[in-house]
Amino acid sequence: MSNIILQFIFSFFASFSFGILFNIPRKHLIASGVTGACAWLTYYILFNALEIDPLIANFAGAIMLTSFSIFFTKKFHAPMIVFVTCGLIPLVPGGKAYEAVRNIVESDYSKALDAGFQAALISFSIAMGIILTEMFYEIFRNISKRGRDNTHAS
Amino acid sequence: MLDQLEQIDRPDNSLDLKYVRKVFFVALNSGKTLMENGAETYRVEDTMFRIATHYGISNVQVFVTTTVIILSMNDYGLSQQVRIDVRNNNLEKVVNINDMSRRIVAGLSIHDAIYELKKINDSKIFPFWLMVLFGGVAGMMFMMMFKGSVSDLPVTFIAASMGVFITEWIQRYTSIKFFTEVLAAFMIALIAGIYVKLGFGTNVDLIIIAAVMPLVPGVPITNALREIIRGHFLAGTMKGVEAGLTAVAIGAGVGIVFVLGG
Repeated sequence: MSNIILQFIFSFFASFSFGILFNIPRKHLIASGVTGACAWLTYYILFNALEIDPLIANFAGAIMLTSFSIFFTKKFHAPMIVFVTCGLIPLVPGGKAYEAVRNIVESDYSKALDAGFQAALISFSIAMGIILTEMFYEIFRNISKRGRDNTHAS
Repeated sequence: MLDQLEQIDRPDNSLDLKYVRKVFFVALNSGKTLMENGAETYRVEDTMFRIATHYGISNVQVFVTTTVIILSMNDYGLSQQVRIDVRNNNLEKVVNINDMSRRIVAGLSIHDAIYELKKINDSKIFPFWLMVLFGGVAGMMFMMMFKGSVSDLPVTFIAASMGVFITEWIQRYTSIKFFTEVLAAFMIALIAGIYVKLGFGTNVDLIIIAAVMPLVPGVPITNALREIIRGHFLAGTMKGVEAGLTAVAIGAGVGIVFVLGG
């Protein structure tokens, strides 16, 4: 349990720091930190505690990330990219990509291809998670809008 | 949109041309600011279109890719294109432009919009030292997330700050991103390698992974995929190529150190 709290704090500050690198407005820094931390915790618990396949774990993390982003987007009336950009950071498969480079330098091409392919698939599953959640939200919003006959877009 | 035929150059002088030019200025420049500061293509098109139509101009066509914006107001024979040469991540401007377009829809006048646009364009970013500092902090946090040892933390901080410092500082003097990224990754790997060779550090791989993280194009790759799936094939592939080039640069920089150091 203390491990999970520590992971929350570390991933929170990782996303927070990236918020400063991407120069997001000060008032959104905390929210984007929370988004990143929740996405990473989802991945962390699924992957380490429940030992689920990393692709699925990353996909679930991306769904969590987008859900939180949409929530904060509604709350602060800011574009979604602010929260998605910062929250995505902990999930990025930098380790796998590094492994690929390392194996290329050591002339172990089959291992390099393996790691590189895994990194590509993980980024693909993260992108899929984000797009699917976004799409479901859009469909839901358009249906409820048509019901109320409201012409204002968000 | 699909069941509607395109109207080409239908003469219309219901609006004063001076007014139309002002609207054109606001729409084009908000699109340019959004694109230069890292917004998604579909959002840029949407914002420009919404600003123009809100001020009463119909038959507006917008085409946005990663490197060029074309805006046409066909009824008035106005069309311009602007190149997007610099692309960086300054999300504060994106937030502010988004805010402005929201207020335009709520009834902001065109004169206030021009004033607002100029104010947004002059807005400041976080100071340079703060960005370098938080680049280092980000590296340290990744180190802890990947369960690295505490004795490697100081060098991770130094290497990650160095990476951010090099990319942010040299990029002010050159437009070629590739070599600054190679240099930054090279310096990070060099610092980590020397530290471990001297016997202070324990895990050179983890130090490099954590320190290189601020440079890794995870966000651009995801955004490229999102653009492609949304149907913006040109912008998506351009962004993908840009992100891929960054990944190759980082790989090359780290690889050089391994080849030299064995």
